[in-house]
Amino acid sequence: MATQASFIGQKNKKDQVYTDPWKMMHEAPRTPSFFTGSEIIKEAVRRASCDLMIAYPITPQSEAAALCGELFAEGYIGDYFRGESEFAVMSQCAGAAFGGARVFTTTAGPGTMRAMENFPMWAGARLPIQMIVTCRGINSPLSIQPDTLEISYLMQTGMLVWHAETAQDFYDWILMGYMVSEEPDVHLPLALCCDGFFVTHTKDMVDLTPVDMCLPPYDPYRSPVPCMDMECPPVRMMRDPFVMKSNYISYATHASWQQEVWAAVERSRKHTIRWMNGLIDTENADADVLVVASGTAVSQSREAIAMLEDEGIRVGLVKIKTLRPWPGEEIREATKHAKHIVIPEFNVAGWLAREVRATVPNNERVHAGPHVCGGMTMPPEIITSEIKDLLGMKTETLAARG
Amino acid sequence: MTTSYKVMPGPEHFLPPSASSMGVRLPDPGQAHIHGTIVPEEEAMEQAARQFLSAKVPTIFPGPLVLWAWNEKAAKKAKAIRHLYETIKECVDSKIQQAMLIPMPDYRPKYPKINPEVEINPNHPNLTIWHNKIDACMFVGVHCHQANLSLKIIRGGTSCYTVAMCAQAGHEDAMLSFRDATAEKIDRLADWVKKLKGSVPPPD
Repeated sequence: MATQASFIGQKNKKDQVYTDPWKMMHEAPRTPSFFTGSEIIKEAVRRASCDLMIAYPITPQSEAAALCGELFAEGYIGDYFRGESEFAVMSQCAGAAFGGARVFTTTAGPGTMRAMENFPMWAGARLPIQMIVTCRGINSPLSIQPDTLEISYLMQTGMLVWHAETAQDFYDWILMGYMVSEEPDVHLPLALCCDGFFVTHTKDMVDLTPVDMCLPPYDPYRSPVPCMDMECPPVRMMRDPFVMKSNYISYATHASWQQEVWAAVERSRKHTIRWMNGLIDTENADADVLVVASGTAVSQSREAIAMLEDEGIRVGLVKIKTLRPWPGEEIREATKHAKHIVIPEFNVAGWLAREVRATVPNNERVHAGPHVCGGMTMPPEIITSEIKDLLGMKTETLAARG
Repeated sequence: MTTSYKVMPGPEHFLPPSASSMGVRLPDPGQAHIHGTIVPEEEAMEQAARQFLSAKVPTIFPGPLVLWAWNEKAAKKAKAIRHLYETIKECVDSKIQQAMLIPMPDYRPKYPKINPEVEINPNHPNLTIWHNKIDACMFVGVHCHQANLSLKIIRGGTSCYTVAMCAQAGHEDAMLSFRDATAEKIDRLADWVKKLKGSVPPPD
């Protein structure tokens, strides 16, 4: 932190003071503000000392990307442009990060999928780019509505993957995200996901840090790989992949390289726990029935839990904040007394339930559902009904109400 | 996370796991680790000095961050490394022990043309270890990613004891690692080597 520390107390060209990030996030006064999720992205980026923002329009992230354009016009971002496509954007982000810039981008749904080749490359090249993913449907027939299927693909890329429930999570985690992902022992890209529209296009009260405070700039000299060196891996990999030579040493090097990326994901645990006060949050974890969820499925679960409580049924909640690193030990501990583990999800595949099943002992306790997808909402009643079914109680089918 | 995994000299496995994936965590400032267990830095200083003094071929691998005087700190650290090397050389029995200083000048893959007597490469560091029969080594001034690659490959295929003198957060893949390395810290290690001279049994 020596180089970053030397900036603290100085002002940038917008008269913002480079502030100790811990003080800024935990001690500075907060102002309650009523904003949409997209506007919150803008407000976080305003304070993030970003050198560059690149994006390509795709719903529902376009609004956030356009608002970041306003930040550029106001002088808060070093440079800003629209790429030729999502693939181009993510490649351009890589170029900028290779050159030592703090980079921010946003994408969604099919855009994420189109750019997918870049994400393991970012992770392998140890580029701490931050990408907001405002999740939406990815499959045909076309849907721009919320659906979290794309997260399951991102989880295997070597990136850090966090799943925000609210605009407040979003605001804090954008700023904290840079602090975690730029640690030299981590130094990985972060996919900060939210459920599109539900978070991006609804207004919520968010406590903002002072506008005259910002993060210290990125220090590329702390990078675990050399900055933009065309002769050395990782850049050299692009033009002269030595690992394509057919011998044990080349294969072993590539294997070790991959392991090192995942080792860095593991190392992020310590920093993430410190910044985010744990990888999960729990409420009433001693209950017989636990709902385990991430994103806005957590909010719907809270409603369902309150409704069940009114009927005298006690249900606990585990909110998963980070998917990579995966909070395996935390989930095992939180669910150790649960007889039923219910996992509501906004996608057809049930990837979160699969992860939890692979984590907990006696995984017949894990109930994958309810699922909605393609933009359907998840009324709390379908969660309560699922739980009552599990408990052997009679319920009405919500759809039958007409 | 608690772990029973110990970061020990190999050869460990065809493809050993990263220590981080086995639950080994990095030390906080003021600490170091030995075999994955967090210890006070001074304890690690003593252990590292003992390893150098008991090795047949104690070797320092300085990397590009200290091989070029790109800032004052780097130049100062380079002098401290040279001093540590000279100290080890003075303190070992030259009849049966040979201290070495082999640079890792860059990270370009050089297999199969590398000359393992004059340099080490992070993509195939085992070649230099095998060729020179190095049984204890210290990485310093190597970018963290490249150092971790080297340390893991060495653990996988050789029996060399690895030490990392890291300027950042340290390395779990080394058997012993310091963090926040400075010229002063390297000098302290040299002092430990001097202090323990004659008290450590030489290699068989």
